[in-house]
Amino acid sequence: MGIAELAFYTFSMSTLIGGTFTVVSRNPVHSVLWLILAFLSAAGLFVLLGAEFVAMLLIIVYVGAVAVLFLFVVMMLDVDFAELKAEMAKYLPLGLLIGVIVLMQLMFALGVWDYSSGYEDRVAAAIGSGTNTAELGAIIYDEYILIFQLSGLILLVAMIGAIVLTLRHRTDVKRQDVVAQMMRDPAKAMELKNVKPGQGL
Amino acid sequence: MIGLEHYLAVAAALFVIGIFGLFLNRKNIIILLMSIELMLLSVNINFVAFSAYLNDYVGQIFTLFVLTVAAAEAAIGLAILVCFFRNKGSIDVEDVNVMKG
Repeated sequence: MGIAELAFYTFSMSTLIGGTFTVVSRNPVHSVLWLILAFLSAAGLFVLLGAEFVAMLLIIVYVGAVAVLFLFVVMMLDVDFAELKAEMAKYLPLGLLIGVIVLMQLMFALGVWDYSSGYEDRVAAAIGSGTNTAELGAIIYDEYILIFQLSGLILLVAMIGAIVLTLRHRTDVKRQDVVAQMMRDPAKAMELKNVKPGQGL
Repeated sequence: MIGLEHYLAVAAALFVIGIFGLFLNRKNIIILLMSIELMLLSVNINFVAFSAYLNDYVGQIFTLFVLTVAAAEAAIGLAILVCFFRNKGSIDVEDVNVMKG
């Protein structure tokens, strides 16, 4: 077994183990950490396939942003997770049944799958001489520029949407009101009293 | 070199784990979102595997867009979750019944 095979089986096993423990873990913080393991090993699989750019993107976007976002929300929400997990056993048989059925269907499809005849002729010409990133960039900024811009728009909409959804004006905190401060009238704010000697107020 | 079928098998298994997670964690929307991320990851593995074995970069480009949409979906989903938790004080799927759907 060569080093490539060994790496493939290691990465795929840790991807599947990470995925499994993500869904069965009792503590959501552990779930997020297992999810990070799954993403990192999937990035390893992508490197084995020669897709370095997508692999690094997976690490940056998923592990660096999405997983941290999940971790943040898990830690921010004060939820009684033990109670949430109590009913897990109720759904276990149904989940296992459907999982096994879908897995069997996919494996049946995979078992009879084969390349169609004359497939070698239709495979695109050998990939260019540049690095993976350079080749991808040449295609994205040439043929797929419009879709690339649209995906940026999707991210913008998501950002605005997330801010609008979570922004709230709290009424129980005191805030500085600059206009009210500047419009204050000294005549109304204080009063001068003429105190006679020997007399209190 | 590892055959294409091996990658497809890993992706299929990961997809099934995601579906399994959807059924198992009916009480916890956070883990539901994580299961959806796992399923999207398995789709990405399929795209990249086919892209590598067919010498076609379009698969990797599509992976890029799937990644973008998945990140946007996670951000919006978690924002809705935080909003929901503020109003209801729970993250139970069963409690999402205001609209009687």
